[in-house]
Amino acid sequence: MRGKTARIILLIIFVALIATPLVLKRLSRNRATAKTDPSSSLSRYGFYLQEVSQTANVNFKHEAPTLDHRLDHIMPQVASMGAAVSVVDFNRDGWSDLYVTNSGEGSKNALFKNNHDGSFTDVAADLGIADVNQPGTGVSMGSVWGDYDNDGYEDLFLYKWGRPELYHNDAGQEFSRVTEKAGLPAWVNANTAVWFDYDRDGRLDLFLGGYYAEDIDLWHLKNTKMMPESFEYAKNGGRKYLFHNLGDGAFEEISQKAGIDTRRWALAATVADLRGTGNQDLFIANDYGISELYFNDGKQFREVGKDTGVGFSPKSGMSASVGDILNQGRYSIYVSNISEEGVLIQGNNLWVPSEGSGGDAIKYENLARAMDVEIGGWSFGAQFGDLNNDGTLDLYLVNGYVSADRNLNYWYDFSKIAGGNSTIISDAAHWPAMDGRSLSGYQQKKVWLNDGAGKFVDVAQAVGASDVFDGRAVALVDLWNRGVLDVVVANQRGPLLIYKNNVAQENKWIDFELEGASSNRSAIGAEVKVFWGGREQVQHVSGGSGFCSQNQRRLHFGLGKNPQIDRAEIRWPSGKIDKIDKPTVDQVYKVKESA
Amino acid sequence: MSDSTIQSASLDVPVRSRFRLDNRYIAPLFITFILLVGHLFYGILESYERTALAIVAAIVTELVLGRIFYSKWLNLSSAYISGISVGILLRSPAFWPYALASVLSIMSKYVLRVKGRHLWNPSNFGICVLLFLAPETVASLSVQWGNFKWPLIVIWVLGTIIIYRAKRIHISATYVASFFAFAFLRSWITGDPVQAEFAPITGPMYQLFVFFMITDPKTTVKSKKWQCIVVFFVAFVEMLLRLNQVVHAPLYALFLVGPTAMLIEIFLESRRKVAVAT
Repeated sequence: MRGKTARIILLIIFVALIATPLVLKRLSRNRATAKTDPSSSLSRYGFYLQEVSQTANVNFKHEAPTLDHRLDHIMPQVASMGAAVSVVDFNRDGWSDLYVTNSGEGSKNALFKNNHDGSFTDVAADLGIADVNQPGTGVSMGSVWGDYDNDGYEDLFLYKWGRPELYHNDAGQEFSRVTEKAGLPAWVNANTAVWFDYDRDGRLDLFLGGYYAEDIDLWHLKNTKMMPESFEYAKNGGRKYLFHNLGDGAFEEISQKAGIDTRRWALAATVADLRGTGNQDLFIANDYGISELYFNDGKQFREVGKDTGVGFSPKSGMSASVGDILNQGRYSIYVSNISEEGVLIQGNNLWVPSEGSGGDAIKYENLARAMDVEIGGWSFGAQFGDLNNDGTLDLYLVNGYVSADRNLNYWYDFSKIAGGNSTIISDAAHWPAMDGRSLSGYQQKKVWLNDGAGKFVDVAQAVGASDVFDGRAVALVDLWNRGVLDVVVANQRGPLLIYKNNVAQENKWIDFELEGASSNRSAIGAEVKVFWGGREQVQHVSGGSGFCSQNQRRLHFGLGKNPQIDRAEIRWPSGKIDKIDKPTVDQVYKVKESA
Repeated sequence: MSDSTIQSASLDVPVRSRFRLDNRYIAPLFITFILLVGHLFYGILESYERTALAIVAAIVTELVLGRIFYSKWLNLSSAYISGISVGILLRSPAFWPYALASVLSIMSKYVLRVKGRHLWNPSNFGICVLLFLAPETVASLSVQWGNFKWPLIVIWVLGTIIIYRAKRIHISATYVASFFAFAFLRSWITGDPVQAEFAPITGPMYQLFVFFMITDPKTTVKSKKWQCIVVFFVAFVEMLLRLNQVVHAPLYALFLVGPTAMLIEIFLESRRKVAVAT
């Protein structure tokens, strides 16, 4: 009898445990919010987004390249990148402009000049930076802007699957191609680049990350063995470059000498002073493998991914961005990866510094699940920014890989080949044909609102981020100088979207526009800490973050309601510190580095 | 090789046996070896903590249920294998699926029984339940462990030797041969490159599947001939599932075919006993 009772109890527990996943699924459902009207969004979340590209006179549609015909059967997934956007005030008129890349052979890139009235005009052709995708030179993948010669005007570095290009900004009037003078390599299949002054000599240096190996011409393949040798352990990607700015318009490539020697498949890199040393550390998110973190000791880098915890579990890194999400004066690092229900659950990573760790001994914990920013589909670009000016950094993420036939799915075949031995997976000829099938297509974007208490809530549908294009790059920028962050999204084979942000007026803000003197003039690497109401938040001027994107140079701090700012501290790359006591809210502070 | 068997070691040659490894420890040692090779070379685990959680959950469940239902502390090698299999084969950024899959694996041995025999390979059961009911949180191991050939060769060779010694090589060999035959057939039907059809079996998931899951003595039929036939059907159903683009085809195929074969055998056995009795 005792045995029978025990068996019945065991059976009940067994059934209850089997039902557990269903219960958990039900409980977690609808944490993401449903679609709502703008006024409700405004009152509930403090903002809403309006897609205004048409009214802003921005009609740009990305074209994908057509590579070697031997890749025809999997072309949509190979030719799956190149839509990129970076923010620049190229003519120093105080209004942010947008540079957008295209990737069809012969297609034109665009530089959307801000007309100050809500509209934009494409001036790329007039200024000489449109026709940059000519056959034989490769096609654009992205761009980053930085004033490498400290003349006050932001210069353009364009990275491609092909010949990288450097364009000097001639006082905002035109651009001169200075690639040869700079000494850039003839061909790099790159998907990431970052401007930063690694040795703090006051001149911007440049990191460039290869994706495919640089000896591969994707239009004229020697053979079809150009795919990654493993889905999670590949080391047959492109090499990395660190160009040291010599100050005379030329750059010296010093990656190996400086300790950066890797052939992982870099898709995103970003730079920040993660240890408070004043030096800019380099984080690389790699596709098909682990992330890499290079501590910068001033002249020399050392890879510390495993030691710090960020380089342990191999995934498919697509984007890297940093933000002080907990208002602790420390940066967390967000890396997007791939998750597809029922097939592959990598989960995105939110690397938060462990309590009590710091300096060289800093350790990171992945809190993406705990903070509800883990699952974002086939994630690409992600950026931190305070979208509702409530004083905490939110997270905007775009996603979707190949949106083709809605009813046909390539995932089974993808997972089949992805598990294969290197001799199988590395040869494109072995990959099953896509035949018009989608691969994580038509995905809903994520707008994760930071509640300031350690959780994020997805409000994308509620606030109007409802597109389902194959998102690649996202950039945050105050396009209309209103003290809010608008959102610009570049979509693969899709339109450039401009989401105008409408923020509740009661939330205050403060912005900082920095200009270096002994530091690089772009002030890339400068940090601003704002202290208000017992809170503090740090932000830095970035030379590139997310996936193939660059946010506005101006630093934007939301402050919430009725804030009293104690002070703002600016730490320049040179090491100098400037302080502003009790700055007023709703102002843009233009600060030049003190002598 | 099993994650549910509790085998007794041969003690007929006492002197030699002191220097021979007890059979029941070979499987746990081998799977631990696979885990260590996989993790030290390639960092295969989601994390140490998750795998440890899976192992501990399996062991604790076995200890508790063994105590309740058999009034003794059971040998834990089988629970250890179940736990470590879950720890390796399951991929999830969350912790709870590892614990739940392990607990369900062990519980299935005590709950899903017919005529004193349990039907499902424990870890196959636990993993399949999670894959089926929590696809938004869980996936199976579906990628390579690095690109080095030698560790893989060592694992295949060692596994073959151990499985041969356990007198179950016919099961693994039949399955592998059937897989390749059906891979050719699938390639012919779908038009996909045959290398793409071979690709899955070159991955580590299949090492565990071939050496541990399909050879489980407690959840395979008794006769050697029928063991081969059953495992052929596992490969056949896997092919059907693959043609329908089911990602976790081998695990689901075993989930479907294994218990069906067991039930048929139990049914035939009971009929035979009735016939003998009458």
